[in-house]
Amino acid sequence: MSTAVASTFATRWRDPLIVLAVILAGWQSLNLWGGDNVMTSPVATVRHAVELFGQSRFLPHLRETLTAYFVALAIAVFGGVSFGVLMGAHKLTGEVAEPIFTALYSIPKVTLYPLILLSFGLGIQAKIAFGALHGIIPIVIFSMNAVRQVNRTYLRTARAMSLTPMQTVRHIIIPATVPEIFSGLRIGVSLTLLGTMLGELFASQRGLGFLLMTAIDIHDVKTIMALALLISIFAVLVNSMMLAVDRKLHARL
Amino acid sequence: MNPATVIRTLVIIGIVGGLELACRTGALPHTVIIAPSAMVASIIETLSSGELNGDMRQTFGAVAVAATLAICGGFVLGFLIHMSPRLRRAIDPLLGAYYAIPHVAFYPVLIVIFGLGAGPLIVLATMLGIVAMIIATLGGLDRVPRVLLRTAKVHGLSPSQELFLVRLPAATPHLLSGVKLAFSYSFIGVVAGEFILSTAGVGHAIAFSYDNFDNYRMYGLILFIIGFVVVVNTTILFWERRMVARRGTR
Repeated sequence: MSTAVASTFATRWRDPLIVLAVILAGWQSLNLWGGDNVMTSPVATVRHAVELFGQSRFLPHLRETLTAYFVALAIAVFGGVSFGVLMGAHKLTGEVAEPIFTALYSIPKVTLYPLILLSFGLGIQAKIAFGALHGIIPIVIFSMNAVRQVNRTYLRTARAMSLTPMQTVRHIIIPATVPEIFSGLRIGVSLTLLGTMLGELFASQRGLGFLLMTAIDIHDVKTIMALALLISIFAVLVNSMMLAVDRKLHARL
Repeated sequence: MNPATVIRTLVIIGIVGGLELACRTGALPHTVIIAPSAMVASIIETLSSGELNGDMRQTFGAVAVAATLAICGGFVLGFLIHMSPRLRRAIDPLLGAYYAIPHVAFYPVLIVIFGLGAGPLIVLATMLGIVAMIIATLGGLDRVPRVLLRTAKVHGLSPSQELFLVRLPAATPHLLSGVKLAFSYSFIGVVAGEFILSTAGVGHAIAFSYDNFDNYRMYGLILFIIGFVVVVNTTILFWERRMVARRGTR
């Protein structure tokens, strides 16, 4: 039993691990080719990333970024789910608003950042607004589709069993829509991070993005690489956790 | 016309008209936003003055190169990955996590490697767009109906005939949505890069106008970029819809 589990584990992860090894080898060879001024080696980058956490000047920036990110995420999730559910439940609202949201999804929202800055000022509010703006759109679209695609038979069954509205929501609507809404949340979580980072890279005085920009100014490659690595690891970790939950939710259907 | 289209048009007219009114009456100060009519006037003025021709050339040139690389490269890579199930299994977690990474964080690294200019912009934009095209190619090839492939076999088509007459045409709607995404991402990559740190390009011109409190020019450029992307996307979308409608399948 345990050997069977171990072997499926090995076959499942062997190939992705080879891919990871190839990426690390490519990274290392870039370092060997260009030297530390172009790209620091994987080991040195990890070491510097760990060092960053020991520096007292690093933590306030990290806190600023995380605060902006989580507030933006909260706005995107609550706003996105409630508006998306409304659009899905009310057919006309959905038909009116859907093309507007799909158009908003594909425009380069980075060009709207000056508008956000002029409306919200240079502080943390602008970053929050920009992060939420990125995250909310996929959440709205996925939530709307989730509600629209609820199988009509389920609702008729609920009526036949004369469930109260509360019971219908509790036993039918929520179980039927949560997997799809969660898929939207996963994309929203990534895009909120992207929006917050974009906001910090331009006209910001604090946060990880600000540290990245100052590192460019003084050509501090080690710090640029360490920060990019930290942000990517955070993004990939959160994403893979959500992907695992996502698959479990969809498998149950 | 169906009622939803009418209401949507009215809503959009209402928003634009309301904005126009609020700006003209001074309810919204012109230091924050300018009237839509002024934005359009600014587009015409900026385009006809020719001052930004160099920036336009850099931006649209970089987008064209990056989108071409992303679309062609993504198609070829997607095709190769589709042929090797083992490679696909290996690379799957990477594809799944790819768009979770905020790629702009790597823009500084790219500047260090490629220097300022069009190089890092093209690399960033291609990186952003190519994976969307790979995923769309895989999806399109996966969903070619079995019955079509069997019909091809019955008719004794050679592998290349099967590919060009059956498999690729059947996958085209998916490929087109990949093209649309790859183009959008390339555009976002180039403009975001120019916006953050660059010495030329429309994104840089927007950032430069922002820094100089030149809202008139800035909003004109913003509307121009957004309008351009919306027009291109809508064109591809209609093409895609027509193709889906002609096939009657998805």
